[in-house]
Amino acid sequence: MLIELRDICKTFGPVRANAGISLAVPPASVLGILGENGAGKSTLMKILSGFQPPDSGSIIIDGEAATIRSPADALARGIGMLHQDPLDFPPLRLIDDLILGSRGPLRPDRKKAAREFRELAVRFDFDLDHEAYVDSLTVGERQQLEILRLLWLGARALILDEPTTGISLPQKQKLFATIRLLADEGMTVLFVSHKLEDVESLCDRAVVLRQGALVGSSEPPFDTKRLVELMFGKEVPQTPRYKIPCGETVLAARGLCLESLRLQIKDLDLEVYAGEVVGLAGMEGSGQAIFLASCAGLERAVAGSVCLDETDMTSRSHHDFKREGVAYLPAARLEEGLVPGLSLEDHFILAEGKRGLFIDRREAEREAVSRIASYNIKGRPDSPVESLSGGNQQRALLALLRDKLSLILVEHPTRGLDIESTIYIWSKLKERCSQGTAIVFISSDLDEILQYSDRVLVFFAGRVSPPLSAEDLGVEELGRLIGGKGWERFEASATAETAEASHV
Amino acid sequence: MSDSRALKPLFQGAAVVLALGLTTLVLLATKAPPLAAYVNIARGAVGTVSVALDVLVAWVPLLLVTSGLLVTFTVGLWNIGIEGQITFGAIFATWALRSFQGGAASGAIDPALAIALSVLAGMAGGALWAMLVGALKTFGGVNEIFGGLGLNYVATALNLWLIFGPWKRPGVASMSGTVPFDKALWLPTINEQSRFAPIAVVLALVAIAVVFALIQGTYFGLRLKAVGKNPKAAYLLGIPTWQYTMASFAICGILAGLAGAVQVTSVYHRLIPSISSGYGYMGLMVSMLVNFSAAVAAPVALFFAALNVGSIQLPITLKLDSSLAGVLQGTLVLFVILAEGARMRFMKKGGRKA
Ligand SMILES: Nc1ncnc2c1ncn2[C@@H]1O[C@H](COP(=O)(O)OP(=O)(O)OP(=O)(O)O)[C@@H](O)[C@H]1O
Ligand SMILES: [Mg+2]
Repeated sequence: MLIELRDICKTFGPVRANAGISLAVPPASVLGILGENGAGKSTLMKILSGFQPPDSGSIIIDGEAATIRSPADALARGIGMLHQDPLDFPPLRLIDDLILGSRGPLRPDRKKAAREFRELAVRFDFDLDHEAYVDSLTVGERQQLEILRLLWLGARALILDEPTTGISLPQKQKLFATIRLLADEGMTVLFVSHKLEDVESLCDRAVVLRQGALVGSSEPPFDTKRLVELMFGKEVPQTPRYKIPCGETVLAARGLCLESLRLQIKDLDLEVYAGEVVGLAGMEGSGQAIFLASCAGLERAVAGSVCLDETDMTSRSHHDFKREGVAYLPAARLEEGLVPGLSLEDHFILAEGKRGLFIDRREAEREAVSRIASYNIKGRPDSPVESLSGGNQQRALLALLRDKLSLILVEHPTRGLDIESTIYIWSKLKERCSQGTAIVFISSDLDEILQYSDRVLVFFAGRVSPPLSAEDLGVEELGRLIGGKGWERFEASATAETAEASHV
Repeated sequence: MSDSRALKPLFQGAAVVLALGLTTLVLLATKAPPLAAYVNIARGAVGTVSVALDVLVAWVPLLLVTSGLLVTFTVGLWNIGIEGQITFGAIFATWALRSFQGGAASGAIDPALAIALSVLAGMAGGALWAMLVGALKTFGGVNEIFGGLGLNYVATALNLWLIFGPWKRPGVASMSGTVPFDKALWLPTINEQSRFAPIAVVLALVAIAVVFALIQGTYFGLRLKAVGKNPKAAYLLGIPTWQYTMASFAICGILAGLAGAVQVTSVYHRLIPSISSGYGYMGLMVSMLVNFSAAVAAPVALFFAALNVGSIQLPITLKLDSSLAGVLQGTLVLFVILAEGARMRFMKKGGRKA
């Protein structure tokens, strides 16, 4: 399918999200769309997929002008979109989610759909059980489900908005292989990202958006430096890694046993020291998320204890943890972290948790303006959070952190952030570390784990590695551990330990 | 953007016209003269000072329950149980008044104090019944709509049992309710014949003003909103969500109970079987019509009260059923919501053409 966009414009109040964008995407190719946070990438994709009408401009499909009024319209023409923040996932079985979107007879043929679903899943090597519930899936698996659903509904063009944020390396590799396979079969693919290496390794062409305009385009071999300059209008230097000397124990997990529907974690021991950054690596759903939640009082341990600063907090509520200076930032921004419908200012007021009766709005606005400035959020105090671009929502979430914290627990701190913001956010987090705050974070970005952690814990199907020094760990080795290879050495040392212990 | 906002009154005006149109069709279908009916309603509502005061009498409970419902709507709850909460307020107030009756007559207790305590008892009763719905929801996982509906029936049954059982009139129990209280225990009205109690109006206005300030300007209100829009995120932001849910039920119950107590002390001077008079459901309609915002609730509630009072004379003068007011109110709510939806669609399309 040949997709042409002509002079697409879209404004939101004072913001020009798309300012006259023209673009052509030939079939059997992958087009990368790059741009910093708030550049207008999602807006353009939502216009193409019928979620939003453009203010002006036209969409031409295979040489014919097309009016796309709704996502269903788009899908009927074969355009399917994978959203940056998966919109809604009702507690349905996978197969029902699949059938729900189909326009068929009133009584869908469940058996047939299930068979086709399995065939598709096998073809792309996705490990999805069609009788499982959608809300039990990880972000990566939801994405796989979405792809299958769109293919099953007959999509001939796929739009993927930041598909690699929040999924693990193997999942990413699988995704890329899938995209390649589909493109070679004739699929038109639009791939939105601000990760240069993703675009470089996957796309046949890349275009760059900045402040709503198309500022450049490039073909392989890509010139990374030029693309960065196009995205930000300047060069972005990488900061060198630096280490902060660690203080006393902030968090201690002892013999922690956790259970979820699909996995068990046994006897997890970990001490986190003030000023330290611990990275939790692993395929999504390997246990790192429930471990992080248990450190925030959001998940009950089956056995073992969690101590904060020597106070036993086992089976205390999240709010008790909060009072002890623990902050937890979830991955699902609009579902768990932010309140759609409320403004940035409202969020800052809520996060501050002030006592009192009346809100001093003037004071609150001043506070909001300063936080917005210091976290570089593109938005105003009265912007509803759902109107912010994905990256800016993430910044808002970080801006909600209170000033004095002993421990920050973050799922995917820079998911959806461009390079510049990533560096910026981590400089903010590291600043906290130098004040004695410890950070435990989950990331599926191996480079992020290695770059910013002091120690790394690798999770694989509920098994947890001993803390590994990030400095001594290479990307390949980490990747192998995440994939479940090379774990024997931990067992060897563990048995050696017990052997030693029994000697004494 | 700006011209779409200018379109809003246009769409709302259209909604009112359509609602009137549909009601007119209903009238024509029943072979009634529409114009005469409307004139009758208007005359019935503002024709004389006495009917105008009756409108205010009806306005008070309606505004009270609407104020309460705006609080539960803020936290995202459909408090259908409001009817039962009014009834419970009335029952508690009656119980208090009955127990003060002797004391007030013998001068052992100041009647004003007795009335005040009874009104407070009514508020407590409403709160109790509302928090029961809240407890069922937070601890029992019962949706507040089902819980509320069930408790409405229980409240009605209890009310009837009291009227026909323990509190029945000496001699013969009757649908006309319990024995009227002593005059000393009536909420002071402007004169002997009128049921118009200025204090009640003041209470209602204070209620809506407080609710407005609460939702617009306080930490409490902002937290309620957060819980209503995203309980998960609200919890992570440090808001004790179930306590806030319970608090909103309590506030709504207090105001509903107050409405029930006002009905008992100033309007009927006794407990009657249908003491809630459907004000709870009407309050739900008003809340929807004002799009859950407290700013315009008072005038809209006044209009609804006027329609209700104005149509009382219809059966006598035009042999029409007084439920005509209900028809008009219902269609109005429907069309206003419809018009809002249409406006949204229109805005999207307009954006495309521009
Ligand atoms: N519904 C909306 N209402 C108001 N402003 C909006 C809305 N949607 C997007 N915007 C604004 O339009 C601009 C572009 O947003 P968009 O989501 O397209 O950015 P993006 O390139 O996808 O960024 P990111 O990488 O952070 O996801 C932003 O400034 C954003 O705040
Ligand atoms: Mg985006």
